[in-house]
Amino acid sequence: MQSRSGEWEVVIGIETHAHVTSKAKLFSGASTEFGAAPNTQVSTVDAAFPGMLPVLNRFCVEQAVKTGIGIEAEINLTSIFDRKNYFYPDLPAGYQISQFTKPIVGKGRIVLDMADGSTREIGITRLHLEQDAGKSLHDQHPSMTYVDLNRAGVALMEIVSEPDLRSAEEAGAYVRKLRSILRYLGTCDGNMEEGSLRCDCNVSVRKTGGKLGTRCEVKNLNSVRFVMQAIDHEARRQIELIEDGGTVVQETRLYDSGKGVTRPMRSKEESHDYRYFPDPDLLPLVLEKDWVEKLRASLPELPDARKARFVRDYKLSPYDGGVLVAEQSDAEYFETVAKGRDAKLASNWVTVELFGVLNKAGKGISDSPVSAQHLGELIDLISDGTLSGRLAKDVFAAMIETGKGAKAIVAEQGLKQVTDTGEIERAIDAVLAKEAANIAKYRAGNEKLLGYFVGAVMKATQGKANPALLNELLKKKLAG
Amino acid sequence: MSDLTDLSIAGARDGLTRKDFTARELTQAYVAAAAAARPLNAFLVETPERALAAAKASDERIAKGKALPLDGIPLAIKDLFCTEGIETTAASKILKGFLPVYESTVTAKLWAHGANMLGKTNLDEFAMGSANVTSAYGNVESPWRRAGDNRPLVPGGSSGGSAAAVAARAAAGAIGTDTGGSIRQPASFCGIVGLKPTYGRCSRWGIVAFASSLDQAGPMTRSVRDAAIMLGAMSGHDPKDSTSADLAVPDFEKAIGQGIKGMRIGIPKEYRLDGMPAEIEALWQRGIDWIKAAGASIVEISLPMTQYALAAYYIIAPAEASSNLARYDGVRFGLRVKGGSLNEMYENTRASGFGPEVRRRILIGTYVLSAGYYDAYYLKAQQVRTLIARDFDKAFQACDAILTPTAPSAAFAIGEKMDDPIAMYLNDVFTVPVNLAGLPGISVPAGLSKDGLPLGLQIIGKAFDEANVLRVGQAIESAAQFTAKPAFIAGKT
Amino acid sequence: MALDKATVARIATLARIKLPEAECQALAGELSKIMDWIEQLNAVKTDGVPPMASVAHMSLPMREDKVTDGGERDKILQNAPQAENGFFAVPKVIE
Repeated sequence: MQSRSGEWEVVIGIETHAHVTSKAKLFSGASTEFGAAPNTQVSTVDAAFPGMLPVLNRFCVEQAVKTGIGIEAEINLTSIFDRKNYFYPDLPAGYQISQFTKPIVGKGRIVLDMADGSTREIGITRLHLEQDAGKSLHDQHPSMTYVDLNRAGVALMEIVSEPDLRSAEEAGAYVRKLRSILRYLGTCDGNMEEGSLRCDCNVSVRKTGGKLGTRCEVKNLNSVRFVMQAIDHEARRQIELIEDGGTVVQETRLYDSGKGVTRPMRSKEESHDYRYFPDPDLLPLVLEKDWVEKLRASLPELPDARKARFVRDYKLSPYDGGVLVAEQSDAEYFETVAKGRDAKLASNWVTVELFGVLNKAGKGISDSPVSAQHLGELIDLISDGTLSGRLAKDVFAAMIETGKGAKAIVAEQGLKQVTDTGEIERAIDAVLAKEAANIAKYRAGNEKLLGYFVGAVMKATQGKANPALLNELLKKKLAG
Repeated sequence: MSDLTDLSIAGARDGLTRKDFTARELTQAYVAAAAAARPLNAFLVETPERALAAAKASDERIAKGKALPLDGIPLAIKDLFCTEGIETTAASKILKGFLPVYESTVTAKLWAHGANMLGKTNLDEFAMGSANVTSAYGNVESPWRRAGDNRPLVPGGSSGGSAAAVAARAAAGAIGTDTGGSIRQPASFCGIVGLKPTYGRCSRWGIVAFASSLDQAGPMTRSVRDAAIMLGAMSGHDPKDSTSADLAVPDFEKAIGQGIKGMRIGIPKEYRLDGMPAEIEALWQRGIDWIKAAGASIVEISLPMTQYALAAYYIIAPAEASSNLARYDGVRFGLRVKGGSLNEMYENTRASGFGPEVRRRILIGTYVLSAGYYDAYYLKAQQVRTLIARDFDKAFQACDAILTPTAPSAAFAIGEKMDDPIAMYLNDVFTVPVNLAGLPGISVPAGLSKDGLPLGLQIIGKAFDEANVLRVGQAIESAAQFTAKPAFIAGKT
Repeated sequence: MALDKATVARIATLARIKLPEAECQALAGELSKIMDWIEQLNAVKTDGVPPMASVAHMSLPMREDKVTDGGERDKILQNAPQAENGFFAVPKVIE
């Protein structure tokens, strides 16, 4: 980052909290479904009534291990659940069951796909399982805070990155990649609007080559856009502060997306003394190596592996490969289209034409008006010469509007490409018959007029003339 | 008052089977006795209608020949067990009016076995104490008095109410909890049997938690056989408690009367404390003689870490308690004292709601877990705990059970030992190591002090070997022939 | 280990228990005595001794991912000192 005093380096680490896709909570049998009426998904265990005890949900352990494998991390066969003690109304027991000294997953890595096609490796420090807290609503009443414990006890995977990120752009790519991996694995649905994925960003600045600065934590960012904006703002705030002669104070801040600023949070407890100790209501979690290996074998193909395969087998560019694999459903759509067909064509049609339409309509591939089968059909018709590229676009537009298949539309509208040499010649002759003056100009050296003639013949053939053939025949006729 | 309250559980069971009396008659006798025992303040809540309604159901089953193992047996329940719809306070102001919407696993099992509930008994607040003088609802008085001395005595703690109720014949039996001796020590003070099972034998679900790695529920009864009967009903794997052992429940009553011929009984030399009262030493020696006379051999064993057990306990238990009691915050149940802010509400509620001993232990627990002290205290104490457990493992290679005194003294007067918390903590010197190691232990009344107060002997067993603990316990009981009765017997004094 | 008044006050804040100043002083004395007594553990050699994970000698049991609980809001709110519109109500917190 550039500022008035020169060049600064921004150092960023991200802690991501991802809701596990379990039906029930981490230590109780209450439901985890989003959007229920307050306190209707709360067991007496979640509400921390006297005498209540936690029982671990196996599915949550599986998802944590799968995620660990997905980020190429060490799986710790023995891990411990610790209590993190602090007081807050949405933390009923006065402690959160988390993992401190021995998390279930150790060091790993995530590879980022940057916009320019390069890759960058970001280290993961650890992943652990912990309970989510309930929700405190401060704006429902003038003097009271309302507490809803539906979310209290939902399983979270906390994924901590090394402070390897160096820009808001990288941070955005990191969150997107992590989200993609989680969705491929099915361990978290990555729905940031619903709070399934939240990010806390640790940001510090230093003069390039200088020592590490004091960091501030910006909490609870629930969109990639906000992550990037908050980091940008926070970095600038710190740089300006230092340039003005101040020092950065280590604190927790919140991002106000409306105002585009970060502000300090009133601390949740006076001092961050969580007094971690192993939860005596639980025993150490010991995993069998065989069980872990079975999970490893059951994993689906992940984004990086799939991208490598697409590049290798479909001869796609790394960039195109990256775009296609970001969402599993996109990749699956592409493969259905590309199988047995010209992959480059398929890639183009999916990433440029289809995605263009979807993005404009704000839709995802699951809402695509054009099915993979139909798009495949369209490409077949291009490949076998029935349609020119231009005609294909028209057919595509019709497919989107009507939902019909390419073949059906071609048949209905007779949009077949004309490749019959005779027919094209006749069309050319008809046009040239009226263009004596322009023919003369062309022959005199105005080569640009070729485009004009091409356009005219195309129009005369309702766009169906095969462009290459048209060009060839036209040139011949013009040459005389 | 009828003689029905003189019967043990086994005796009552036989009487009911023979139709000498009905469950209703038996229960009515105890309901009256519980009311008559009010001067002891043993009960916080009496539930006569509920008891009689259950007794009616028991009679119906008995009439059909379908009696459950504990049908018609009236029990007193320490007010640490959550009982659905019945106020459960843990003897604290902070839980005044708390009506659980669930039943603890252990009490549910007792009701499923046909027993009925006379009421909830008084205890030291949150089970923290060894004299039952810290209850927010008043002290419990022991039904015993020193010879020639009218001063009220402590029943021991923390299960003082349960112990007093059974000793005063205001209940056929009772249940308590034991974290550092809270069943065994009051049993010793009150001249009854108190059994702490192996950690994990009984479920902790629905028991107000004090120290999670130490708490265990257990029976408090007039005989070893009764304890075996109750233990059978209370035990069993509970999938809702992750520390509950997935083991079958043996027929504990089978252990009664087996004798101890050929068994090796260990005598730990480190339990012979400096300045141990002569009468405790003498009692222990008598116990050793009884063991030999019954055909078992005596083995001297060493438990070198014994002297450190109390200190380790007073780090671990308060640490766990400080965390377990964080939920008492005025938000979802119990007392709430107003405050200008959320934090003030917390601070006022907890300062008002918790008594001095509970506050003291929460502060110690918070301190030993706090930043910079964890390694020096909590971690260290857990390491010492490992060493204590190893001591027992090693000792049990040379013996099948261990015999010790239960308490370093007989009951003392209410008001004594109040100046120094540590003096109070020393009451548990013989019992605490057993909780730290998670082993089973029983106290059996074995003799009287020079003032005519009960003294108990403790038998410690291997993990999940309650059968042998009961076996040796019953051998001691048989030899001791403890027939002394307290000065106060409900309805007869 | 001697605890001073300030330490007691800090711990009381961590534990959310209001302690009037006079009590802080008295407690400092009491707690110091207890901590001194606890110091005897320093005499024990514990190098290489693992801390006791649990006296329950078993592996951590796990449960199936099934919804078996919740859906009983009235029960959950029944004992609340203050409940409104299905929520627990507490004095407002400002973040």
